[in-house]
Amino acid sequence: MTIRHHLSEPLLMAYAAGHLPEAFSLVVATHLSLCDDCRARAGAFEAVGGALLDAGNETAMGDQALDRALARLDGPLPPQRPEARAAGIFPAPLAGYVGGDLATVRWQRVGGGVRQAILPTGKGAMARLVYIPAGKAVPDHGHQGIELTLVLQGAFADAAGRYDRGDVEISDDAVVHTPTALAGLDCICLTAAEAPLRFRGLIPRVAQRWLRI
Amino acid sequence: MTESIGLPSFGAMAEKVGLRRKREAALAGAEDETDWAGLLVRVRDQQDRAAFAVLFRHFAPRVKGYLMKSGAGAALAEECAQDVMAVLWQKAHLFDPGRASVATWVFTIARNRQIDALRRARRAEPEALDWGPAPEPDQSDALALQEETALLGQALAALPGPQRVLIERAFYGDLSHGEIAAETGLPLGTIKSRIRLALDKLRRQMTNRDDGRT
Repeated sequence: MTIRHHLSEPLLMAYAAGHLPEAFSLVVATHLSLCDDCRARAGAFEAVGGALLDAGNETAMGDQALDRALARLDGPLPPQRPEARAAGIFPAPLAGYVGGDLATVRWQRVGGGVRQAILPTGKGAMARLVYIPAGKAVPDHGHQGIELTLVLQGAFADAAGRYDRGDVEISDDAVVHTPTALAGLDCICLTAAEAPLRFRGLIPRVAQRWLRI
Repeated sequence: MTESIGLPSFGAMAEKVGLRRKREAALAGAEDETDWAGLLVRVRDQQDRAAFAVLFRHFAPRVKGYLMKSGAGAALAEECAQDVMAVLWQKAHLFDPGRASVATWVFTIARNRQIDALRRARRAEPEALDWGPAPEPDQSDALALQEETALLGQALAALPGPQRVLIERAFYGDLSHGEIAAETGLPLGTIKSRIRLALDKLRRQMTNRDDGRT
């Protein structure tokens, strides 16, 4: 698998610094699980974070901080989240959010054979799985702010090019794109958008068209 | 390959450095107190509390400083710094000195604690890599990485003040969502291009050093 569309440097840096909204960090972590190149670049930014930490300001710890720390080592330590495992086409981080593999996803229809599933992430951005039958197009959709689209299965093409598994498209609100799934496998993507979009299924179709969401 | 996982864009240069003499010297003098990797390996392999104490004295105040710069009050920062050091003890078995410096490793733990405790959000982590059959611990990897880490620290210190501040801000600043738009690059903002300049300079500086030494 050759990945041709990678994450941008500012995105990798923001991820390494821990500043991305959760939905974006999910797409980034999922891409990194498929792309050694971006994983390595993210690692480089973490090294910068480490160097800054090492050179950074010290703020004195309270009295007996070390004694408290040592005493704590005998007691219960902070619980760790269990590590998710990859499931089918879902790399581990995504499988963790879905709670399983493709069969686990609860899709909602959004018209034209296209389906979506919204994943539970924190405020500020929204993550969705999108299912586009081979050969079909997602209706024009604009969005506010940045949208990331990561291909998990199949491929799609739009004005910016062709995207296969592992490729990630970064688009901003200036772009109104019409991704079309290519022939072959149905296309499944993970997306994150900066501003929560309205759920298409809840809005009358006419209004949808008019609002271009 | 360690280099390809750790720090390639800043770090491919360490590959070129190849200063065997220096590595041997480092090996011989590895017992000093600032051999953080050696200390953490002692925590990892022997649950060495004295080694933990040395790491704590160095890193806990830095973690606290980082957390306060990220917006935590002193009391919360102190608690979280304690948590970070406890996680360091607990996860020491995962530490591989050929893959990350101790400072980088502590930074990632502190960053995750910050997201958890300050932002009350979750952070998705990439899939753990399958490293295949347990490799022989490779001391030259670890030393190459230590050397590279030192170079990175020097390059950072050598950056002109404003550029250094920008990089710091990009890492420490508690950015609003509007600022994240600038930070994440689209639409293009001045912040982004300035940070890019600073990073380019950082890379150039490290590359030049390597050239000068090989």
